[in-house]
Amino acid sequence: MIEIKQLAKKFAVENPKKLSEQEKKDPRLKGRFFHSVQDVSFTCQKGQVLGLLGPNGAGKTTTLRMLSTALKPDGGSVEIDGDNVLTNPVIARKKIGFLSGSTGLYGRLTGRENIHYFGQLHGMSEESIASRIKELADLLDMHNFLDRRSENFSTGMKQKTAIARAVVHSPELVILDEPTTGLDIMATQTVLEFIRGLKEQGTPVIFSTHHLDEVEELCDKVTVIDQGCTMFDGDIASFKALAEGSLHQSFMAAIQSTTSE
Amino acid sequence: MWLVFKKEIKELLRDRKTLFFMIALPLLIFPLIFGIVGFVSKQAIDKAETQVLNYALVGGQYAPDIVKELQQPDKFNLIEIAENADYTSVIRNDTVDFVLQIPENYSSEVLKNGQANVKLHFNDAGLNLVYRRVNEIVKSQSELFQQSAFSSLGLDEAQQNALIEPIVLEKVNTADDRENWGEKIGGMLPYLLFIICLTGAMAPATDIGAGEKERGTLETLLISPIDRNKIVMGKFLTIAFAGTMTAMITVASMVIWGLVLSQGMAIKFVADFMAQIAMLDFLLIFLMLVPVVAIFAAVLLSISIYAKSFKEAQSYMGPMTILVIVPIMLALLPGVELKGGWAWVPITNVSLAMKELVKGTMDYYQLFAIFGSTVIIAGALFAFCVYWFNQEKVLFR
Repeated sequence: MIEIKQLAKKFAVENPKKLSEQEKKDPRLKGRFFHSVQDVSFTCQKGQVLGLLGPNGAGKTTTLRMLSTALKPDGGSVEIDGDNVLTNPVIARKKIGFLSGSTGLYGRLTGRENIHYFGQLHGMSEESIASRIKELADLLDMHNFLDRRSENFSTGMKQKTAIARAVVHSPELVILDEPTTGLDIMATQTVLEFIRGLKEQGTPVIFSTHHLDEVEELCDKVTVIDQGCTMFDGDIASFKALAEGSLHQSFMAAIQSTTSE
Repeated sequence: MWLVFKKEIKELLRDRKTLFFMIALPLLIFPLIFGIVGFVSKQAIDKAETQVLNYALVGGQYAPDIVKELQQPDKFNLIEIAENADYTSVIRNDTVDFVLQIPENYSSEVLKNGQANVKLHFNDAGLNLVYRRVNEIVKSQSELFQQSAFSSLGLDEAQQNALIEPIVLEKVNTADDRENWGEKIGGMLPYLLFIICLTGAMAPATDIGAGEKERGTLETLLISPIDRNKIVMGKFLTIAFAGTMTAMITVASMVIWGLVLSQGMAIKFVADFMAQIAMLDFLLIFLMLVPVVAIFAAVLLSISIYAKSFKEAQSYMGPMTILVIVPIMLALLPGVELKGGWAWVPITNVSLAMKELVKGTMDYYQLFAIFGSTVIIAGALFAFCVYWFNQEKVLFR
């Protein structure tokens, strides 16, 4: 189980004059620091899929980066099965499979080599890497392009390879940052199938998205972030109950509480 | 660490653009360029030598011998110009290539008429052999006059020589051939080696830092369970390796092409010169490169990881070349020697040491200072690299 409590992160603003009008109006800008994430808390149980929602710039990516230990939070705590991620980042990294939204591949390596390299970095043996790649290639349907150089991959192929790379070490928690953004319908479907597969295996998944239909289809829990604060954290039923009608209205209702404050 | 290194090298070897700069450029392009430059300049000199020069003569009646010598239609062509013509303008508008002005007192009676001041007007800017070609003629006449004057005075040969040059200052060079040529060649060596090393290391350095950031692979690499300093070390080694390889390939190509292109005497000279330099010195020259490459690699990696994109990294690295030339130039200044303080100045000391090694006058104790100072600096820069790789504001700029 994953427990995130009152996570906070601020970034130093190097040149305040360069900020746009909109950024200057943001209440998160305090003096020379931009408090990107102020107070984010949520929990995710084993076998649950958590959808992280929020407008652009709300702090979703920053939150996920802190979860994945790429960034160090200024406050709060992250615990995976009782292990503190912040004090033990290397252990945490072995447990987490993270796919960032802006990820890329080594273009001059083949798909297989890309996955293989990260398997090695995770300290896996040659045999287990090979069998794991085969398993993942079956699962994500990537046999026909696995041994080509990845620079010529389509967006869907790249995303499949990136996902395979993120989970090559069979992590206990999978974090995906907007995994379906920019993909065609078929590739999206593969990704969603993959998340469902993880769920069936009991691996918790946290993913951020802008597509509410994905949330409806997959998620057990929903967390809504706006302006760096958790606005809603609960199961999908209570999220639906926030407003009459579609999930869009529920989402708006969750956001509304900030704007009305 | 070796994992990162192996993968980076694998990627590097698959990159045609980088490989081109590392191998093809020094191996083929440089000799080709030098060959073309050599060929064209030889053509130009040949042309200047065989070209028929148009000339005008003033006071030709005083020097019939010179007039006669100039009557070679395949070399010189006499053009008549107005009596009071402005020499500069007739030369400028290409009427003539030169104007030869012979004074009234020109005569073989040197003792009676004194020194004759023959004036050669020509445009001396740019490549031309006018002076040399005219001087050949005038000089032979001058020697004839000298001879006749001496014989009229009744001097024997020894007296003649003494009169022409009463005191001779003879140069007795205590430096042997190796030291003599070593000073010249050894001074140039660091220029070439360092700059090539740097350019060779630059391409992979951009790719390894800024390139990873641009492609979005850096974040994934950073959250893999491997120590940051191992990542840094792997990347650092790749850059250093690329730089050293480029330098070695270049030197090898220069030696091979040098042997191929130079013929006869030159080969013997090169071979003799090389034979005088001990194997140990050769080895030391390459060992010298190691700390320098380490400095380069650390600086390049820091720049590369700071830059947001390929383009940014390249524009930061541009001035590096100029910065590297300065300490090498210091090593060529007179009075800058491999001792005391200078042995501790990075890059300068290595340039000096390379020169000394080629010359064969190396004080081997200075190696401590050289390696000491470079290791300290390279180590500090490397530590900075590791620190830099742990800074969020650098990685997520």
